[in-house]
Amino acid sequence: MLNEYQNIFTTVQVRAAPEMGIPIEGQIDRTRSASFSYWIGKVGNAQLGPIYLGFLGVASLVTFTIGFVIIGLNYWAQVDWNPVRFVLEMPWLSLDPPPPEYGLKVMPPLNDGGWWLIAGFFITASIILWWFRMYRRAVELGMGLHVPAAFAAAIWLYLVLGFIRPIAMGSWSEAVPFGILSHLDWTNNFSLIWGGSLFWNPFHMLSIVFLYGSALLFAMHGATILATSRYGAEREIEQITDRGTAAERGALFWRWTMGFNASIESIHRWAWWFAMLCVLTGGIGILITGTVVDDWTAWGIRHGIVPEDPDWWPITPDSTRSSWGQE
Amino acid sequence: MAMLSFERKYRVRGGTLIGGDLFDFWVGPFFVGFFGITTAFFAALGTVLIVYGASLGPTWNIWLISINPPPIEYGLGLAPLEEGGLWQLITICAIGAFVSWALREVEICRKLGIGYHVPFAFGVAIFAYITLVVFRPLLLGAWGHGFPYGIMSHLQWVWDTGYQYGNFHYNPVHMIAITFFFTTTLALALHGGLVLSAVNPATHDSLAKDPATVKTPEYEDTYFRDTIGYSIGTLGIHRLGLFLALNAGFWSAVCIFISAGPIYGGSWIEWWEPLRSLSQRWAG
Repeated sequence: MLNEYQNIFTTVQVRAAPEMGIPIEGQIDRTRSASFSYWIGKVGNAQLGPIYLGFLGVASLVTFTIGFVIIGLNYWAQVDWNPVRFVLEMPWLSLDPPPPEYGLKVMPPLNDGGWWLIAGFFITASIILWWFRMYRRAVELGMGLHVPAAFAAAIWLYLVLGFIRPIAMGSWSEAVPFGILSHLDWTNNFSLIWGGSLFWNPFHMLSIVFLYGSALLFAMHGATILATSRYGAEREIEQITDRGTAAERGALFWRWTMGFNASIESIHRWAWWFAMLCVLTGGIGILITGTVVDDWTAWGIRHGIVPEDPDWWPITPDSTRSSWGQE
Repeated sequence: MAMLSFERKYRVRGGTLIGGDLFDFWVGPFFVGFFGITTAFFAALGTVLIVYGASLGPTWNIWLISINPPPIEYGLGLAPLEEGGLWQLITICAIGAFVSWALREVEICRKLGIGYHVPFAFGVAIFAYITLVVFRPLLLGAWGHGFPYGIMSHLQWVWDTGYQYGNFHYNPVHMIAITFFFTTTLALALHGGLVLSAVNPATHDSLAKDPATVKTPEYEDTYFRDTIGYSIGTLGIHRLGLFLALNAGFWSAVCIFISAGPIYGGSWIEWWEPLRSLSQRWAG
C-alpha cells in the first residue's frame, strides 16, 4: 500500500522568478532579492526572502540583541571569561532575578539582579515591538488579526511569568531566570513550593490538555491535508470558499471514523483556539499560584480531587532498578 | 440518515482489508467494517471492566477512581482480577481497540482513495501508549510498572516516576519532547491564525484595493515573508505540523522508555555532570 504516492516530499520543484510579495506602500522597506534552497524545497517553498525590515522590525532586532548580549556577557563573566568553560558549562549558566530582599526595587545592584532587570526590559521591549510588527504587517495586507491575537496570548503567559505575577507577589525574585537548566529548576521548584505538585492546579491541567490537544489536532489536520493533497487539499482557501472533493473526502474520513467532522475553515478555528487556550489557561494557572492559592495539594483535598491520605495513592514501584529475578 | 449533502456519492463499496462486503456498511455517520466490530467489542468490554473495577474500589468519586496495575510481586505473570488482573485485561482491550481503530481508519482511507497519513499518525500515538504499558514494564520485568488508569492517579504516577530520576526536567530526551510539543503548538497557532486571517480579512484597511475580499495564498506567503523572511507554503506547513506533532509523541515515548533501571536508573541531574567535569578538567 505504501508504494502509492503519499506526498511526503516534493518530488518536482518548479523554478521561476521569485514572488516578491503583494505590493505595499512601504515597498522601500522590503528587501529586493530572494534565493532558492533545493533542500528546503523538498518540504516547503524553496524560496527564501524577501523580508520586510521597517522601524519596528529593526528596533525589535536591536533590543533583542542588546538583551541577548547582556545575558551572554553575564554568562561569560560567570566563567571568568573562559571560552571553553562558556561553551561546556552553558547548560548551568544563568542570569537570575534579584534576590527577595530587593522586593520590586527598580534598580538593584547590577550583579544582584540588576542585569536581569535590564536584560528582561530589552527582551520584553523586543517582543512587544515584534508584536506591533506582526500587527502592522497584517493590517497593511488587509488580513484578519488572528496571528497577532495568538501572539498576544503567548505574550500574556510571558508577562505573567516575568512581570505580572512578580508584581502581584511583590518581588522580582519570583520571576524566571534566564538560563537553560535554571529555568527548568524554577519550573520544578515552583511546583514543589506551592503545594508539592502543580498537577493539582486545574489551569495547569487545562493548559496541558490544550498543549497535547494542539499536537493531536496538528497531527490529525496535517495528516488529513497530506492524505487528500492528491485532490488539492492544501489549497485550503479555495476549499473553504468553493468546496471540492479534497475537502469532502477529508470531512468524510473523520465523519466515518468518529461520527463528527470539522470543515476546512472550522478546523483552523479549532487549531487557533486550542493553541491560544494553552497559553491563556497556562498564564491563569501561574498567576493564581502563590497569589490566590498557595497550596495546590490542600486545594485539591478541599475540593475532593486529591485523597486526604497519601497512602490512598496506588504504589508506584521503584523503576530505577529492574524487577527481573526478584521474588 | 445523518448524511451530508455530498455524502451519498462517496458511500461506495470496497476498500476493506478483511471480511469483503460482509461488514462494509455504515451505522449513522460511522463506517463499521470488520475493525469497527472489533473496536466496539474491545471498547465496550474495556469500559465495562473499568466500571466493574471502580465498583470494587473504595470510591465513586470520578477524580479518585483508579484501576491499578498488579503489585510488583506478580512480575510478568497474570494477576487476580481485583489485584491488577482487571488492569491487564483493560490494557489488552485498550490496545485491541486502538489498533482496531487504526485499521478501520486504513479501510476508510482506502474507500475514500486518500493517503494513509492519519492511521500512520495514530500509530505513533499507539506506540507511545504501548511503550508506557507494555514495552517499559517488559524491560523492567513487571506489569506493576505500567501506569494506573485514573484521572488523578495517573498524574500522581507521573510525579512519582519522574522524581525517581532526580528531576525529570533534566532528562535530555524529555527536553526534546517538550520542545516539540511547544513548537507544534506555536506552529498550529500560526497556521490556524494565518488561514483564518486570510479568509476573514479586515473590513477596513488602508491599502488593499478591495478590503472585504478573501485573501489568496499569495497574501499568506507575503505575510510570512514580510515578517520572518520565509513562508513554508500551503503544502509544507502540513508536512511540518505532522512532523512536529509526531516527534512530540515519539520522543515522549523514548524519554520514559530510557528512564528505566536497565537503561538509565540514576538521577537525570547527575547525567549532566560529565560535561561539567570535562569543563573543569579542561579549564584546570
